[in-house]
Amino acid sequence: MIAGTRTGLNVERIRADFPILARTVHGKPLVYLDNAATTQKPRAVLEAIASYFTEINANVHRGVHELSARATDAYEAGRERVRRYFNAASTHEIVFTRNATEGINLVAYSFVKPLLKAGDEVLISAMEHHSNIVPWQLVCEAAGARLRVAPIDDTGTLLLDEFERLLGPRTRIAAVTHMSNALGTIPPVHEIVAIARRKQVPVLIDASQAAYHMRVDVQALGCDFLVATGHKLYGPTGIGVLYGRESRLEAMPPFLGGGDMIGSVTFEKSTWNVLPYKFEAGTPHIAGAIGLHAALDYIDAIGLDAIAAHERELTVYASDVLGAIPGLRIVGTSPDKSSIVSFVIDGVHPHDIGTIVDREGIAIRTGHHCAQPVMERFGVPATARASIAMYNTREEIDALGRALEKVREVFA
Amino acid sequence: MSDLADLYQEVILDHNRRPRNFHTLAGASHSAEGYNPLCGDRLTLYLKVADGVVADVSFEGAGCAISKASASLMTDAIKGRTVSEVQALFDRFHRMVTTPPGQPVEDMGKLSALAGVREFPVRVKCASLAWHTLKAAMANEHQTSTE
Repeated sequence: MIAGTRTGLNVERIRADFPILARTVHGKPLVYLDNAATTQKPRAVLEAIASYFTEINANVHRGVHELSARATDAYEAGRERVRRYFNAASTHEIVFTRNATEGINLVAYSFVKPLLKAGDEVLISAMEHHSNIVPWQLVCEAAGARLRVAPIDDTGTLLLDEFERLLGPRTRIAAVTHMSNALGTIPPVHEIVAIARRKQVPVLIDASQAAYHMRVDVQALGCDFLVATGHKLYGPTGIGVLYGRESRLEAMPPFLGGGDMIGSVTFEKSTWNVLPYKFEAGTPHIAGAIGLHAALDYIDAIGLDAIAAHERELTVYASDVLGAIPGLRIVGTSPDKSSIVSFVIDGVHPHDIGTIVDREGIAIRTGHHCAQPVMERFGVPATARASIAMYNTREEIDALGRALEKVREVFA
Repeated sequence: MSDLADLYQEVILDHNRRPRNFHTLAGASHSAEGYNPLCGDRLTLYLKVADGVVADVSFEGAGCAISKASASLMTDAIKGRTVSEVQALFDRFHRMVTTPPGQPVEDMGKLSALAGVREFPVRVKCASLAWHTLKAAMANEHQTSTE
């Protein structure tokens, strides 16, 4: 039986599309299990970026010359590709950002901050990444508003009743992750959005982790905003996506001022460009949008449903293999989780785990995963985290299991 | 595996398992908190300095084996030394862990166990955290960070 074909995904063929997966680390074949931090890039993405620079490099929305027109077309085709990936109604609703963090900050400063008065509230969950905590803290602090946090249980599952209870008349926005980067939990985002809409509270969904593991449909969700980042979608770093419902974006003031986002400029007053350009000040990451386009083509050619099935199967397998190691405890055991296995080993700090498995060519993340409140909730300073993508195999999980046995030997 | 064995020498594993001077210190004259945001290592160092001599020293906190063992070994090494001797020791330790791997380093006795971190550049900060915290404590700064 060929590795990883149990769910119908031809993993061997997929692996051949990712040049970096052929390399060795410390003399061992690379086992890349740090996908929640960033995914590797298929050749198609690398080639799309190279061909932009070798064939059509020019600035967008500016020149009348051929290259500028071609670059503009390619950049805007990237936007259309993103719209299709997330099933937004219009490309007016797709704003390119640097990353998901910038998207959240844009919403915090352009949408929430002008609404926020002393005593108002912003509601998040206890499993958010720092990027979905700190921007809200900043705007809350400035307004004298309060950041509320919907708790999670000991498995890392969101307490939906508590979330609903905390959504009050003063809640100006609810911002919740679609998948926890530290625990792998997939909160019931459809219910979350439905509850919030019933109470007429706008919702932002952080799909940074979810977007490369499962289908994310903004119209089916009905959320007001959604953010994602390109480098986790097998695309380049430096390109992110903000989806905003058109009526919301229309009503919002610009986030950053500069070129490209203006209608006209005089020293007395400037007017704003139409959507989505109002929110894209300055020369954008053109190559990033083009690379992301190729990445989304790649994901859809493989098929998100097949990817999700493969990753879920592998997550269960990894939980079994790791869970069988004496002294190892998995942190985050929600019934609805995927792709992430966070763990601690008795008497061994995660940082030491990371160093030892690295010598076996295995890349995992160790630390607080930019989710310090999650670490605190589970009473650990840090965890080790194996995170799975479409190209990972059972053999790689077995290699991790063997490396963790070595960790136990060193610290026996 | 040989460089791993250099990193996780028995003396380091021992000091990680049974850290010395691992408690708070009543009547400390200096203290500082050290934090490595990269991995979450956090320690508090207490010093009792009298007549220019480190009469007593202790630490507490949570961290990886390297940072904990380094703190433990350091407290053993500086107890009873004069402030200027401790300063010299800091400089020698710093030189040892930042000398590129493969190049000779001076023998620092038990502290030489930490020379193995040179093969692991991202772990040098773990080994240095206690020493930077020591420096901060002696200067009476409240908090230090290796980032």
